[in-house]
Amino acid sequence: MTTYVIRRVLALIPVLIVVSLITFALMHLAPGGPFDQVDETRRRDPAIQQRAEAAFGLNKPWYEQYFTYMSNAVRLNLGPSYSYKDRNVTDLLKEHIRYSAELGVMAVIFAVLFGLPLGVIAALRQNTWVDYLALFLATMGVAIPSFVLSLYLILLFSSTLHWVDVAPDQQAFDTTLKPWILPVLALGLPTSAALARFARSAMLDVIRQDYIRTARAKGLRNQVIVARHMVKNAMIPVWTIIGPLTAGLVTGSFIVEDIFSIPGIGRYFVSAIGARDYSMIMGTTLVYCLLVIIFNLLTDVTYGLFDPRVKVSK
Amino acid sequence: MAAITSEIIFDTAKPARSLWGDALKRLGRNRMAVASVVVITIFAVLAIAAPLIARHDPDFQSRARANRGNGGTDLPPLWDSEGKPDYWLGTDNLGRDIASRMLYGARVSLVVGFIPTFIIVFIGIVVGLNAGYRGGWVDSLLMRITDVTYAFPDLLLILIMVSALHDKPIADIFGGLLLIFVALAIVNWVGVARLVRGQVLSLREKEFIEAARSIGTPNWRIMFTHLLPNSLGPVIVSATFSVPGFILTEAFLSFIGVGVKPPTPTWGDMISSGYNSINTSPHEVWVPAACIGLLYLSFTFLGDGLRDALDPRMKL
Repeated sequence: MTTYVIRRVLALIPVLIVVSLITFALMHLAPGGPFDQVDETRRRDPAIQQRAEAAFGLNKPWYEQYFTYMSNAVRLNLGPSYSYKDRNVTDLLKEHIRYSAELGVMAVIFAVLFGLPLGVIAALRQNTWVDYLALFLATMGVAIPSFVLSLYLILLFSSTLHWVDVAPDQQAFDTTLKPWILPVLALGLPTSAALARFARSAMLDVIRQDYIRTARAKGLRNQVIVARHMVKNAMIPVWTIIGPLTAGLVTGSFIVEDIFSIPGIGRYFVSAIGARDYSMIMGTTLVYCLLVIIFNLLTDVTYGLFDPRVKVSK
Repeated sequence: MAAITSEIIFDTAKPARSLWGDALKRLGRNRMAVASVVVITIFAVLAIAAPLIARHDPDFQSRARANRGNGGTDLPPLWDSEGKPDYWLGTDNLGRDIASRMLYGARVSLVVGFIPTFIIVFIGIVVGLNAGYRGGWVDSLLMRITDVTYAFPDLLLILIMVSALHDKPIADIFGGLLLIFVALAIVNWVGVARLVRGQVLSLREKEFIEAARSIGTPNWRIMFTHLLPNSLGPVIVSATFSVPGFILTEAFLSFIGVGVKPPTPTWGDMISSGYNSINTSPHEVWVPAACIGLLYLSFTFLGDGLRDALDPRMKL
């Protein structure tokens, strides 16, 4: 088990290197550098531009820049931000990742608390109106993307009913829970729908198993059968989609953070792309990829713990 | 003797039922899937016939019909008492006719949904067949690429690619559409290739492949006439699911301003410009958002229906 984890962790290093190379190469293909003159009104002195580029090492060949960057990055120094004066990327990410993490965690909690019971209940009441309602909700949830859902939540609850502000000031996200409600719904509903669909089909598989009949035959109470025999076993396949779902949450979070003006790193990433803030883009990309890798790894490793039938040794 | 034989044949002769014909029949019984096909067809007809239906040039800006900044208002839609009969959905902040822009925007969305799908299916089939049947370096390379794409969130890579090349000449071809096609295809072909590879790995051990090989069928023939048709079902299903994903990605890219270049009308760009006036004229957001949602929904339901029709065992 330990060797498996170590092997998997070591295998991540080349992946991260390739990811960083791709990002780096693409950013350097971009014609506009961070210190180019943007338009006629914002003309810059070429001497100043050269000095700025020299200060950030942008005049060196690309491979030298890449190695400098990566050797700093492993020491958790992701370099200065080009567009936020006097700030470095590590600090910016540290400061704003909190909001993204809060959004992600709340969305996952919501998805699990809403989606799993919905799927389980639907399976227990298969082919009744409960099941059909749950299936309908789940199908709609899967078929309506976060982007469209966010817009409709805003149209309904902000523009029409005036329950929540569209763009609250940034402090509101620190102090109150209210501005979080719509983004968490927008991000969590599609996820919970996917979970519900998956949980339902996993439960239906389990319900027909012989050991359930055995449990009934020996006279166990229904709650015990459902909780210990059905749900526990049905959760094994459900766990496998947690990894891919987190990846979905990561990409979903750019959209949702951007629309709801949440000061998380997703929104900073989107604005960094417009500003050609190389170091910010690199830093955010590496953090996101690392997160996805870690979640995939956790899913794979813990899967073996949940289901002893799965051998992960080789 | 001859009479008996012909009688038996006559008795058991039923209309021929091929695998695909069977699947089509099952699809026809799925009401949601049929409704989805109808919706998609309507969108396609509207998009193709856009020049005939649209009452105005979608890019024509009129200061007279857009004075939001100067105290006036955009033209409201028809259901508002001040709406003008010729401007069904009113005008946007630049005085452009929203209905015409919606019609032309449908073209972009459908094209962005379909063309990259054809590209990834083509590349995915060629690479997947080779990786699965021949193995070797193609297979190893595919697996390494998979490792990377597994860690790199799709939208992240597309965003970086599109924004990096946004000011290059490639971004001006077809108003920026080509760049989006390429970015979507580069990121998504791996999924199809892996799907085909998996199918081929299980199929190539089957007897009919062994039989084909034993009579000396060349490899390319085995791949394209024996393996390909038998692994096509899941590919079609996954392609159907990728169409709405692409439509949505384009809408989001245009929403944040790195998608199709203005003035080409796209629904994502319309949402982004309408978003600023969401409180005064919400229809500038909800109309395009509803169309994106409806197309996404239809393709998802069609994909569900196709999955059930092509492989009843795969039912989720």
